[in-house]
Amino acid sequence: MVLSAVFFLFAGLAIASAISMVYHKNPLYSAISLIGVFVSLSCIYITLAAPFIAAVQVLIYAGAIMVLVVFVIMLLNLDDAPSLNRLHYLYGVGAGLGGILLIQTFFIFYAVLRAPNHAVAENQTVGKTLSIGSAMYTEYLLPVEIVGVLLLMAVIGAVILVRRLNQPELEKLVDEELTRRNEEDEIGDYRISI
Amino acid sequence: MEPSLASYLALSGILFTIGATGVIFKRNAIGMFMCIELMLNAVNLTFVAFSRYYADVTGQLFVFMVMSVAAAEAAVGLGIIIAFYRNRVSVDVDDASILKN
Amino acid sequence: MESVAQTAFPWVVWVVAVLLIFQGVLMIVAYTVLAERKVLGWIQGRIGPNRVGPWGLLQPFADLLKFIFKEDLVPDKSSRFVYYLAPIVALTCALMPMVVYPFGPAITTVDWSFLPWHVGDGIHTLPLTVAQIDVGVLFVLGITSVGVYGIALAGWSSNSKYSLMGGLRSSAQMVSYELAMGAAVLGPVLLAGSLDLNRIIGAQIGSPWYMRWFIVPQFIAFVVFLIAAFAETNRVPFDLPEAETELVAGFHTEYSALKFALFFMAEYVNMFTVSVMVTVLFLGGWYVPGLSHLFEVGSIPYAIFSHIGFLIKICFFLFFYIWVRGTLPRFRFDQLMNFGWKFLLPVALINVIVTIVVVYFLNS
Repeated sequence: MVLSAVFFLFAGLAIASAISMVYHKNPLYSAISLIGVFVSLSCIYITLAAPFIAAVQVLIYAGAIMVLVVFVIMLLNLDDAPSLNRLHYLYGVGAGLGGILLIQTFFIFYAVLRAPNHAVAENQTVGKTLSIGSAMYTEYLLPVEIVGVLLLMAVIGAVILVRRLNQPELEKLVDEELTRRNEEDEIGDYRISI
Repeated sequence: MEPSLASYLALSGILFTIGATGVIFKRNAIGMFMCIELMLNAVNLTFVAFSRYYADVTGQLFVFMVMSVAAAEAAVGLGIIIAFYRNRVSVDVDDASILKN
Repeated sequence: MESVAQTAFPWVVWVVAVLLIFQGVLMIVAYTVLAERKVLGWIQGRIGPNRVGPWGLLQPFADLLKFIFKEDLVPDKSSRFVYYLAPIVALTCALMPMVVYPFGPAITTVDWSFLPWHVGDGIHTLPLTVAQIDVGVLFVLGITSVGVYGIALAGWSSNSKYSLMGGLRSSAQMVSYELAMGAAVLGPVLLAGSLDLNRIIGAQIGSPWYMRWFIVPQFIAFVVFLIAAFAETNRVPFDLPEAETELVAGFHTEYSALKFALFFMAEYVNMFTVSVMVTVLFLGGWYVPGLSHLFEVGSIPYAIFSHIGFLIKICFFLFFYIWVRGTLPRFRFDQLMNFGWKFLLPVALINVIVTIVVVYFLNS
């Protein structure tokens, strides 16, 4: 009884925060609503006996990814997004997609409710850190290593993307690119047309 | 009524729907990115629910992978948005249409 | 009546425990503020506040009354919701980790059947931790990460250049040093084999004598954690974002009265949290060596004296914070970020790798 009360409370909070995130035009309010979603989901993971994933969810999603998003919003000083005024057909597409997905959700809900369910296997050790850690480094070692390489790629990519070149480097880069284009096409000398 | 597997899947489906419609309705690059994160979280919830009801740790491990991929995607995606903003002083994705025609 | 009392009893105990801890933490924080002013005064050759009450001991209450009665200003163009939300987030995230602090050993020698309505039958241990969760260390680290929002949102919502710069710098610094802190925490966790704070203290009780407190094998991690903790709580020498001479008052420039009091309290509660973590991870928490010869393990006097030992260790670290504030100059922001990323994080990671290798070879 307590479990279902807690679940419905946090499920309601998650849905309300998600709708608030989609509704607001100000990106900072959307970001704060999304943090609310993440924290509610973390509480739901605790009701699902997954304390490690719950703590990691708060640590990574709410504590790192959303901090990045909030930083970007503050640094770029983004105001409210303008409403859709050019692509009216997107309203129809969005409503259609939302309708189809909602119908599918209800279908899954009723199908799983009617499915012959076996009792929840009372395995208390599945969510604990020890079982996740040992699975991570014995049976699933390859995905963990690949994810490590992926994160390294992301770090290098992010640093290269936002690198600001100082003026001599910039001139050298532009010069090299124009020389290369001169050699490739015969349209004319690119360097003249400034 | 005890929350069974169906209620967790229904919650996950509803969150996924809200995220999917958000991606289409929002024209702000950061808004779309946040709706994608919401969809990823809905899928994470599905994984954890199945992991609990079948007592298999694979679900939670996959959630870990999804979180790492989402973190990597956040870093690179926000880098792209910042680089885009530096050139065009706007994050409206309708402005990113130089390659059209 | 009996069954109602029996089902309600754990909840009543939890609520009472949380209220007691809340009260205790706030009292400690209030007197840390007074202690800071007095100790800084003594370091600087003057006496701190000594007017209100004997030796100034009622000063925190005077401060509280002052904060309540100050004029409450709200900047004109700020975003009201975010402006009010920021100090609430800061203080909530500062106070939340208190439910996992291990305040003392479990009391096992008391027979609880003297309680009315048979609520105490079958209960043998009273743990002195409100929530013994499996992932205590991760919980504290996660909540500290969410506490960054209080500062970032405060800086942005005040709609003032000083606040925004202070808020962004402070958030960037906190996020950078969180990594070093997390990597430094991995050392004791590896030695103890668990993320649970009670097990970490248990490992420090059961270790051989030369490893009795984890500060001995993990001295590098201890130093890294302490430095990262100074940066996390925005204290000298890392307090550029809120320095008075640099950025007016940084992210809390536009906050007055009780909202500023919330930020102020959040900073000191963060100091308290970090002191507790240092004590638990490196100094053995409530374990006072030799106390088990005087009292029976699990009895009430043992718990009381262990708790007093715990508080003495925490107060030493709070004094250390104040001592460093009175002694060191502050870093420039780029020096700070360089130090965090290029020196502290690699040192912490090397410490983790060496610890892993040593633990593996010791266990095999």
